[in-house]
Amino acid sequence: MPEAAPKEPRATARPLPALDIKKDFPLLGREFGGMPLHYLDSAATTQKPLDVIESMHRFYLENYGTVRRGVYRLSEKATEAYEGTRKAVASLINAASEREIVYTSGTTQSINLVAHSYGRRFLKAGDEIILSQIEHHANIVPWQVAAELTGAVIRVIPADDTGTLILEEYAKLLNPRTRIVAVNQISNALGTVNPVKEIIRMAHDAGAVVLVDGAQSVSHMAVDVQDLDADFFVFSGHKMFGPTGIGILYGKLGLLESMPPYQTGGDMIMKVTFEKTTYQAPPHRFEAGTPAIAEVVGLGAAVEYIRKIGLDRIAAHESALLAYGTALLREVPGLRLIGTAARKASILGFTLDGVHPHDIGTLLDGEGIAIRAGHHCAQPTMDRFGVPATARASLGPYNNTADLDALAAGLRKIVEMFR
Amino acid sequence: MSRSNDLYQQVILDHNKNPRNFRTMPEPALVCEGHNPLCGDHITIFVNVDPEGIITDLSFQGNGCAISKASASMMTAYLKGKPMEEARLVFQEFHDMVRGQLNPETQEHHLGKLTLFQGVKEYSSRIKCASLAWHALIGALEKRSSASTEG
Repeated sequence: MPEAAPKEPRATARPLPALDIKKDFPLLGREFGGMPLHYLDSAATTQKPLDVIESMHRFYLENYGTVRRGVYRLSEKATEAYEGTRKAVASLINAASEREIVYTSGTTQSINLVAHSYGRRFLKAGDEIILSQIEHHANIVPWQVAAELTGAVIRVIPADDTGTLILEEYAKLLNPRTRIVAVNQISNALGTVNPVKEIIRMAHDAGAVVLVDGAQSVSHMAVDVQDLDADFFVFSGHKMFGPTGIGILYGKLGLLESMPPYQTGGDMIMKVTFEKTTYQAPPHRFEAGTPAIAEVVGLGAAVEYIRKIGLDRIAAHESALLAYGTALLREVPGLRLIGTAARKASILGFTLDGVHPHDIGTLLDGEGIAIRAGHHCAQPTMDRFGVPATARASLGPYNNTADLDALAAGLRKIVEMFR
Repeated sequence: MSRSNDLYQQVILDHNKNPRNFRTMPEPALVCEGHNPLCGDHITIFVNVDPEGIITDLSFQGNGCAISKASASMMTAYLKGKPMEEARLVFQEFHDMVRGQLNPETQEHHLGKLTLFQGVKEYSSRIKCASLAWHALIGALEKRSSASTEG
C-alpha cells in the first residue's frame, strides 16, 4: 500500500520507473486530437490490458456457452472457466473458500445485496448502522433504504480536516444496538486509506458485522479478508482492469448461509413447486438468472494480470507517483489539495482558486488529460470540506511521471488563463 | 489548450471573472432557481417586468462553472429592456444553437453576441452548463420557483 507521502516531498526527486506497463493497455497508446492520452481517472474505471480484452474475445470465439446447465462440452468448458475465476478471486483476497465468493454486477449491487438480504433479515427498529462521513453514495443510500424499511438508525463516523476518520468518535458510536458497520477501505474522493482492520476489531467487540467497500483498494493494495476479519468485502471488476458488469461480494460462509436470496429466479434453487421452493447454498443462492459469463472470464484474466504484475510492485509504484504528484500539485498557485491523510492511496483531489472543477476538466481534456470533476458520488464528503465539487486525478499502475508533469503543466496554463 | 480555445474565449473568461448583473433583487416580480443535478450547480434568476411585458431588470446569483456563469451574465445583459416574448424566442434559438441544431453562420437568428457560445455544441457534457441560466429564466417567466436542466 502507498504509505504516507513525506510531508513536503521534493518535486525534483523523480522516482525510478518501477513499472512500465502502459504498453499492455492498447487504448493508452492512442492519441486524442493529435495529443498523447494522459489517463488520470482510474478511480472511476481502469483501462483494460490486452490480456483481458483478448480473453473475452477468445471466449466468445471458441468457448462460449451457458454455465451450470448444459451437458454438452461447450457448456462444460464455459462452466470450468466461470468457476475458475471464482477460485482465482478467492485466492486474490485470501478467502477461506470459493463458496464465499458471490458474483454480482458490481460494488453497488454487492452492497445492495447485503443491505437488503442481511439488513432486512437481521435489522430491527432502533438498531444502528454505522457509516463513515467519507463514503461513496453506493455505501450510503442502500443503508438508508434498509433503515427506512426496518426502523434502524444511521450513525456517522466523522472525518478530520485531512480526511482521516476519527476513531475516538467511532468508539463512542459503537454500542450494543450497533448491528452493521459499513466503510470503505480507500475513499474514492480523498484517497484516505482507512484502518479497516482496527475498525473491524472494534465493531466485532461490540457484536456488529462489518462490510468493507474495497472498490478502490483491491487493485492497488494486497487484501487479505481473513487477516482483516472482514464479514463482507465488496468490489468491482471494472476498477481492477476487468470488464464492466461484474463485481464480487465476499461474505463469510456462515453469514451468507444465514441470508435469504436477494433476487430470485433460475439457477438459485434446489427445487421449485408451486407450493414451495428451496434455495441453493451460497454462493449460487445469490446468483439468479444467466450470469455475465464472458465478463467473469474477463475478470479471471484481470486477476491473472494483477498476479503477474504483483500488488506489491503496483503499490510501490503508485506510492512513488503519489509523492511525486503531490509535490508537483502543491507548487501550482491557488491549488488546494482535498484529502491529505497520512495514509493515502494514489488519488489527488483538489480545487483551484477561482476556477470551477468542470472548467478544469474541460480545459485539461484539451491537453489530452482525462481527469474527473464533480462530487464523485460523495456529496457528504464534499460537504465535509465545504466545496460543491473537486477535480480529481487518480492513478493506476500504468501511469508515469510524464502523466503528472502534463497535469501540472496543464493546471499552470489554466491558472494563467483565469488570472 | 488547443481544443478548448473555441469554448473559453476571452469574452467568456471576462464575464466569468466580472459577471454583469450578478446581484439579488430586493423585490423581483419573478424569481426562479435553476439546478443542474449532474454537477450540483445552481443559478437563481431575478426578473422585473413592466405592464407592457418588457423586462426592465434581470439579474442572477449562484455558483457555477465559467460557462454557466458567463452564459448567465451575457444573457442578463442581452435581454434587459427586451420584451418577454423575445426572451422566449432567443431562448429557443440559444437552445438550438448549443445543441448544434441552429447554425448562426448560415441561419437567421436573434442571438447577437450570444453566438459566442456556439462552440459549446462540441462539448456534449457542457451544453447544460450553458443552458442553466436560460432554464431558470424560462422557469421565472412561467412563474415556477425552480427549474432543472434535466427537464
